[in-house]
Amino acid sequence: MAATLLPAEAPRPRILTRLAAGPLRILISLIVPAITFLVLRWAFIFMRDTEADRIAIAIVALLIGVVGVWALYLVTDNLVSILPAGIRETVRPFVFVGPALVILAVYLVYPAVLTVYLSFFGPRSEEFVGLENYLFALASKDMVLALRNNVIWLIFVTSLVVSLGLIIAVLVDRIGRWEPIAKSVIFLPMAISAVGASIIWKFVYSFQPIQRPQIGLLNAVYTALGGEPQGWLILKPWNNFFLLLIMVWILTGFAMVVLSAAVKGVPAELLEAARMDGANEIRIFLGVIVPYIRGTIITITTTVLIMVLKVFDIVFVMTGGQFETEVIANRMYREMFTFGNFGHSSALAVILLVAVIPVMIYNIRSLEASRR
Amino acid sequence: MRVGYQTRRSSSGDRWRRIVSGAPVRIVVVLIALIWTLPSAGLLVSSLRPATDITGSGWWTVFSHPFEASVWTLENYEQVLTTHGLANAFLNSVLVTIPSVVIPITIAAFAAYAFAWLEFPGRKLLFVIVVGLMVVPLQMSLIPLLRLYTQMDLNGTFLGVWLAHTGFGLPLAVFLLFGYISTLPVEIIESARVDGSSPLTTFTRLVLPLSVPIIASFAIFQFLWVWNDLLVALIFLGTREEVAVITARLAALVGRRGEQWHVLTAGAFVSMAVPLFVFFLLQRYFVRGLTAGSVKG
Repeated sequence: MAATLLPAEAPRPRILTRLAAGPLRILISLIVPAITFLVLRWAFIFMRDTEADRIAIAIVALLIGVVGVWALYLVTDNLVSILPAGIRETVRPFVFVGPALVILAVYLVYPAVLTVYLSFFGPRSEEFVGLENYLFALASKDMVLALRNNVIWLIFVTSLVVSLGLIIAVLVDRIGRWEPIAKSVIFLPMAISAVGASIIWKFVYSFQPIQRPQIGLLNAVYTALGGEPQGWLILKPWNNFFLLLIMVWILTGFAMVVLSAAVKGVPAELLEAARMDGANEIRIFLGVIVPYIRGTIITITTTVLIMVLKVFDIVFVMTGGQFETEVIANRMYREMFTFGNFGHSSALAVILLVAVIPVMIYNIRSLEASRR
Repeated sequence: MRVGYQTRRSSSGDRWRRIVSGAPVRIVVVLIALIWTLPSAGLLVSSLRPATDITGSGWWTVFSHPFEASVWTLENYEQVLTTHGLANAFLNSVLVTIPSVVIPITIAAFAAYAFAWLEFPGRKLLFVIVVGLMVVPLQMSLIPLLRLYTQMDLNGTFLGVWLAHTGFGLPLAVFLLFGYISTLPVEIIESARVDGSSPLTTFTRLVLPLSVPIIASFAIFQFLWVWNDLLVALIFLGTREEVAVITARLAALVGRRGEQWHVLTAGAFVSMAVPLFVFFLLQRYFVRGLTAGSVKG
């Protein structure tokens, strides 16, 4: 989308340069930014006004979002051009990276540092409480349950997603021209929101009293096989598994698509040679394919681990963390909004961060390795 | 590999291969595809049935008489769009999503270009920090940002959400765009410089047009991420009807109307319509974007 802006935007600085020379040029270089700044300021205040007409806000918003950001860069770059030649090219790169760095500082670095700080303070961030919040986060009865559930999610979702994804990737590789359709169908849940997926599965798990016809697929099958209808979502502790199956349903297609590309990269000669050796398909799978695509399997596993660690939407929509299905991210939200305890909430966020740090280090390392 | 040594056993290997790649594999794949589709199919079928039918009998029962007009209706969609305000929420989702995609792409493209082709002090260190920020859980930002927004009167405004999505999407965007822009041929960039074009013109005339594929991949990833997001929207916009996005409205409906399936089924499909459209239209970019963006915090 940004690329389509080029013809309209790019000629402007050139016209400016041509029109303006000497003092006039400097004057324009100062007036244009001033006007841009005023327009942006007006737009900022206007968009903050929640009473204004929504359509008007929308139009201003799109103009600012699309054109305004561009104007900001063009104007600043032009402003740099009037600097003395000596420092001009030293300053210019910061026109390009500056906005990104400022936003990252405001939206990620500063909040992260403050959250760590707040995690040592009480509910309203007024009194220092030492490690009390962490004691709560790691040892209170509620949290032990939430941590247990997160571990259950991590173990089962990750192993199910990776193994199912791998098996399906190998299977669809052998069905010929139907492969793209099968892949699309299994990948599809990845496109929809976790809220949408949760509603889909809430319907599958839906429960009706015994004398009424079951409308949920699971209870219909279960009663057809002779069981009594169950309220799957309140059936402790199994309800955790019914929730995590939703995430398996969403992520398996993703794992499959990535692993399928890797499986196709296994050299045909390698497979042929193994077959010549008389290895059966299962041994080829375990002895040739899996070792060959080990790198991809590790990448997918860490990726899924991170996603599962932060699971929020599914639990929030399905049970709200009730019936012993609480997880860290949902509890963090509840501590923040329901209980208004910023100390607890911050400590939980820090725990999530600590859990992803190993992956972060791994990512930076592999990035450096790939650039070497 | 002992190629050629065990030719006598290759016939049994061949048979294995034929069996494995034959009918059983197809049946298994069809079964899996069926299991993956049935839940969504059930919801779609139900969303088109009258409210009393949905709770009165299983959705699969319509297939015993699928051609009777009385078993189908569009009333549920009409109802969720009007009385339950989903049309409004849909518009809000559009308003939140478009700038939340365009702004980070613009900012990230400028930054990625500078990291890749301009010299400045601290370049390497800053880049490593940006990449490291990619996996910081956005939960780490919520409380301080909420306070900051309260001070600045940005709570419950679209502007606040755009900037939040920009901040959370930026590390990944810079990382992806850098990966692509830094591999553009040195000769092209150098010759532009020698011809006297400024960094800005090189960027707009040369680098951006060449980077369209990666921009498209990221745009689709970010689009779906923002459209499907619940947490950021809940915290910075809330569930007030004038500003709530579609996921937040749906989540609220589940809470309040947990058993009104005619509302929930139709509502869920309204929210899925756009992602599904994007999915079928741009599947290739979609897969690439998702794969690249999967570690996003």
